[in-house]
Amino acid sequence: MSNQASTLFDKVWDAHVVRKIEDGPDVFFIDRHFIHEVTSPVAFLGLETRGIGVMYPERTFATADHNTPTINQHLPVADPLSANQLKALEANAAKYGISHWGLGHARNGIVHVVGPENGITLPGMTIVCGDSHTSTHGAFGAIAFGIGTSEVEMVLSSQCIMQPKPKKMRVNVNGQLGKGVTPKDVTLYIISKLTTAGATGYFVEYAGDVFENMSMEGRMTVCNMSIEMGARGGMIAPDETTFAYINGREQAPKGEKWDKALAYWKTLKTDEGAVFDKEYNFDAADIEPMITYGTNPGMGQGITRAIPTSDQVEGGKATYDKSLNYMGFHENENMLGKKIDYVFIGSCTNGRIEDFRAFASIVKGRKKADNVTAWIVPGSHIVEAQIKEEGILDILTDAGFELRQPGCSACLAMNDDKIPAGKYAVSTSNRNFEGRQGPGARTLLASPLVAAAAAVTGVVTDPRTLL
Amino acid sequence: MAYDKFTILKSSAVPLPIENVDTDQIIPARFLKATKREGFGDNLFRDWRYNGDDTPKQDFVLNNPIYSGKILVGGRNFGSGSSREHAAWAIYDYGFRCVVSSFFADIFKGNSLNIGILPVQVSPEFLNKIFEAIEADPNAQLEVNLQEQKITILATGESESFDINGYKKHNLMNGFDDIDYLQAMKGNIKEFEAERIF
Repeated sequence: MSNQASTLFDKVWDAHVVRKIEDGPDVFFIDRHFIHEVTSPVAFLGLETRGIGVMYPERTFATADHNTPTINQHLPVADPLSANQLKALEANAAKYGISHWGLGHARNGIVHVVGPENGITLPGMTIVCGDSHTSTHGAFGAIAFGIGTSEVEMVLSSQCIMQPKPKKMRVNVNGQLGKGVTPKDVTLYIISKLTTAGATGYFVEYAGDVFENMSMEGRMTVCNMSIEMGARGGMIAPDETTFAYINGREQAPKGEKWDKALAYWKTLKTDEGAVFDKEYNFDAADIEPMITYGTNPGMGQGITRAIPTSDQVEGGKATYDKSLNYMGFHENENMLGKKIDYVFIGSCTNGRIEDFRAFASIVKGRKKADNVTAWIVPGSHIVEAQIKEEGILDILTDAGFELRQPGCSACLAMNDDKIPAGKYAVSTSNRNFEGRQGPGARTLLASPLVAAAAAVTGVVTDPRTLL
Repeated sequence: MAYDKFTILKSSAVPLPIENVDTDQIIPARFLKATKREGFGDNLFRDWRYNGDDTPKQDFVLNNPIYSGKILVGGRNFGSGSSREHAAWAIYDYGFRCVVSSFFADIFKGNSLNIGILPVQVSPEFLNKIFEAIEADPNAQLEVNLQEQKITILATGESESFDINGYKKHNLMNGFDDIDYLQAMKGNIKEFEAERIF
């Protein structure tokens, strides 16, 4: 066939292959490289050991996020190890001429929030970062995925990595989402159906009217979680919603460059008849507000349901029992009504303005439950400013909540924001692994609406009853 | 960073028959604060291996002296979650050179290959045979032959072949890494970059 239909993924991937190695990976060119303080220092050490430099420093962007405090950011960082990592990032960026938005910078925030909101992330790009949630940027029709530190060193030194081309999967969700059902519920639903390894080896395209009707913030939430079903990344074809979001952002192309870019971006969609290695179809009407009950993101279900028995889930009974035992849950128990100790809203999954609007929509006119400690952490200073401008901060304050400063925070608990052992946290983040939010912490992943409902009632509550 | 060449590895193995072992278990985030690649083995499986007061958990396999060796055998979907290469570093630093499972998460697999750990994917049936062999004899020897792409349970002679692409195999057998390769083709990359729109 001379005129073969190709997928969005093929179009972007094939445009970035510098060389194909027979019986090996592709030499794959990277347009944008984000770095942060945790996974980059050893890569810079590697450059020094080898005596090589950074090939295109203007293609790399540094921000501090994983290990930063979310209160009193104007004070010196108390933990000497964390302070040392932040200092190393700053020094490495300065040494090699890399733009650096460190702690306290007006554009600082979580790498996957600041990239898009500053117009650094654009359709058709290849984007990597030493962080698995780099898949977030796929919302713009970019190929974006997480890499290891050896690969960070490759990108710094050659702007390329060695990457075998993944297989292609399309996940279609069509229909009308119900009241109180958010993009986070859509992604938790898909992951619960595919399981935590169901898309390993694949790159996912999300298609169908549910995604077409979704905001960019929502699309980012969905693409962000692609890695949680094992996919290297997920992407959504760029459309008018995408272009409207990008237009005017600080580093977005302007004038003639914008026109040229737009013409190219409009070609970035899967052709009719293009073939995927695997395809799934889901009906939006089947999706409820979701919550997880176990220790991987695939262990989620509609919030009104009871915890499944081991014969209803994939994987061995030993693994399942270990998981429920860690959570302190039992088969057949209802999730509704379970007492909650902590609520965390934030992270690269749900730390954007729309997420705080959703949270505030339930909190408004209500009070924080006395038994709940809530950590409300914007994804960036720009989001923080929006929260203040839109009056969301006033709603939060009236209800007894406090706003913290931007960072990854309790999503991975590298800083002081750790959920204590044995405590239950409803969290809008992306992982409920054992100890993820602190040693012994028990995480229930959910949407900002479910988090808000738990925050004001103190128990797992169906947000639809409060809307 | 240079690593030991991988040719034939003959060793006893440490069994971890749990599915979906994620990289947060392999090394929790609070131990990722170093700016050098050293000492990560001490915190390998930290929260499964130690209690909150740093005393060893006696029932965890790494604390059981009857198990040892350079091969770690894990359940299905090993290495899921975070892209932290620190997980592979911790496994390497502890002394493992090979991880066997019936299924690996992508990023973990790539990270392992990049630092000189061989991930060997076997069938679920063969994985069970390995676990059974170790249960019968904790000192059961496995042989991993990279040249022949074959893993053998020496006690029974049962073996299975495994996949690896020719490029990575060549690298592992010779101790080469991707950066050497990429440095050698910078001219091509420059030409490619000059044509990029962004």
